[in-house]
Amino acid sequence: MAASVRLLVRQAIRLSHRNITVTATGVSARPPCRCFSESAEERSTHFGFETVPEAEKAKRVYKVFENVAQKYDIMNDAMSLGIHRLWKDMLLHAMHPQPGARLLDVAGGTGDISFRFLEYVRSQRERQQRRAVRFGQTLSWQDISNSYSTIETDGPRESTAVVCDINKEMLKVGKEKAESLGITAGLSWVVGDAEELPFDDDQFDIYTIAFGIRNVTHIDQALQEALRVLKPGGRFMCLEFSKVTNPLLARLYDAYSFQMIPVLGEVIAGDWKSYQYLVESIRKFPSQEEFKSMIEDAGFYCVQYYNFTGGVVALHSGFKL
Amino acid sequence: MWLLIPFRWINRRRHCFTVSKVVCVQQLHSSSTEFTNIHYDGLYPGHIPTTAVQKALLSIGSGVAALQNPYRHDMVAVLGETTGHLALIKLRDRMRNDPEGYAVLTERPRIRLSTLDLTKMASLPDGSFGREYLRFLEDNDVTPDSRADVKFVDNEELAYVMQRYREVHDLLHTLLGMPTNMLGEVAVKWFEAAQTGLPMCALGAVLGPLRLNASRLQSLFTSLGPWALQSGRRARCVLSIFYERRWEQSLEDLQRELNIEPPPIIPKAKKKT
Repeated sequence: MAASVRLLVRQAIRLSHRNITVTATGVSARPPCRCFSESAEERSTHFGFETVPEAEKAKRVYKVFENVAQKYDIMNDAMSLGIHRLWKDMLLHAMHPQPGARLLDVAGGTGDISFRFLEYVRSQRERQQRRAVRFGQTLSWQDISNSYSTIETDGPRESTAVVCDINKEMLKVGKEKAESLGITAGLSWVVGDAEELPFDDDQFDIYTIAFGIRNVTHIDQALQEALRVLKPGGRFMCLEFSKVTNPLLARLYDAYSFQMIPVLGEVIAGDWKSYQYLVESIRKFPSQEEFKSMIEDAGFYCVQYYNFTGGVVALHSGFKL
Repeated sequence: MWLLIPFRWINRRRHCFTVSKVVCVQQLHSSSTEFTNIHYDGLYPGHIPTTAVQKALLSIGSGVAALQNPYRHDMVAVLGETTGHLALIKLRDRMRNDPEGYAVLTERPRIRLSTLDLTKMASLPDGSFGREYLRFLEDNDVTPDSRADVKFVDNEELAYVMQRYREVHDLLHTLLGMPTNMLGEVAVKWFEAAQTGLPMCALGAVLGPLRLNASRLQSLFTSLGPWALQSGRRARCVLSIFYERRWEQSLEDLQRELNIEPPPIIPKAKKKT
C-alpha cells in the first residue's frame, strides 16, 4: 500500500518535472505549453532507431525477448565470442558479496548473475568455515564453550538471490537452467516490472541489472525503484553496453554489430529483427558520464563506472546511504 | 493492365523508395514476424534490406546451418534468396516473354489456403488438376501456408518470383507425381535445378542423394534422375503457368501442355498419420 502511494507521489513529481527528465532519458522533448494535455500514449520514445509511442515500447520489447528466450544463451556466446562470461565474472568480482547478502537481480532472465552470485557466496562461506576451523584449533576451552552457544541459537544467515524479470519466457528458461545445474537453494523467481518492483522498501543488500536497463522505457523510474528496495548501505550495480572511446575500436565494433550480429540472429535463432533491435538499442543508450549523472539524480552516492573491453561494456555502481 | 498507384515508404536509414504497383491485400504476409505487421521499411512486407557483406555472411551461415540440420527450412529459404539473384533475373525474363507468365507477374496470384476454394476443388472430378492437388495435400499432410516469406531479395518483382517458386513447389509434386519422401523431394529438386538454375536447387540436388539408401540411389541415378533432368530442361517454365485458372483442367492434359512426361516409377508415398 505504502509502495503504491509513494509511486503516485513520485509520478506527480515526475509529471511536473517532465521537461527535465524527458531529455535525460532520451524521450523526445515537447514544448512546455503541451505539458498539461499530454498523456502517456502521445509521448514517444525510441525502439532501436525507430520512434514508437511509449505504451508500445514495452510490448515490443516483451515480444523480442519472448522470441529470443530459447536461444538467448547460445546467442550471447556466439555474439560476444564467450566474452560476456568474463564481463559477468568481473561484475561479481567488483560486487564481492559476503555470505548472508541478499541479491535482487532485475531483468535477470536466464539467471546468469544469480547463479554466479550463489556460487561466489558459497565459496566465500566455505573459505570462512575453513578459516574458522583452522583458528578454532588453538582456542581456549572458554572460547569453545562460547562458540557452542552461538551455533545453537543463531545460525549463519543464508544468502538469497531473487531473479526478477518482466518476461515469463526468460524466467522459464532460467528455471530450467537452474534445475539442470542443480542450483535450488536460496533462489527465487519473480515476475516483475523494473519500473514498479513488487517488493517492499529496504529489502536488499545488492541490486543488479545486467544488460537490461536499456530495454526499460523509463530508466529514471527504474533507478528510483532500485533506490527504494535497497537497504541503506545497499549497492546498485548496472552492467550495460556503452560507448566505445577508441575511434578505431568503435569503427570495428560498429561494423561487427551491424553486419555480423543480425546475420547471427537469423542463422542461429531465425530472428533478424530482434537482433537488429539489440544493436540499435545499444547505440541509443546514454554514454557512461550521462548515465552516471542519471544515477546520481536518482539519489545514489559514490557513483562510479568501470569500462570493460574498451568501453563496449560499462559497470556503473552507486550506494544508497 | 498495370494500375499505377505510387506509395512512398520511408526507410529509416536510407532514401525514399517508391513502390509504384498495387500491393495485393493477399500479399500482406501472415504471422511469421509480428514486427512487420504494423509497418515496414523496405520494398515489400517482410523485406529486410541487407548489404553485400551481410548477404555473403548470410549465405555462408545459412548454408552451414542447413547442412547441419536439413529440417531448418528457413535456412534453406535464406540460402536460396541470398544466392539466387542471377537465376531470379533469368526466371523473371522468361516469365515476361511468355504471355501467361506476364499475366502472373502483373496479377501476382498467391497460393494459400485462404485464397483456394477447397470445397470447389474437392468437388472436381478425379484426374483433374485441382482434385489431384488436393489429394496430394491430404496424402502427404502438407499445407501451402508453410512456405517462408521472402526477406532478403532486394527487388520487389524478383521477390515475387521467388515467392511464386516456393508456392509452386507443391504443385510440381502433383505435376510430377512425386511424394514428399526423400526420394521424391530429390527428384523434384533435380527437376527444379534443371528448370530454374537456382544455386540452392543445385546444392539440394547434389547433397540430397547423400541421404538416400543404396536401392533408392540406384533408382534415382538409373531412371528417376535422368527423367527429372530431361523433363526439367524440356518443360515450359513452370512459374509461367497461371495455376489458379487451371484447376478444372485434366492433369494429363496439363502435363502434355507443359511437356512433362509421366514418371518412369513412382516412389512409394509415406502416409503420414
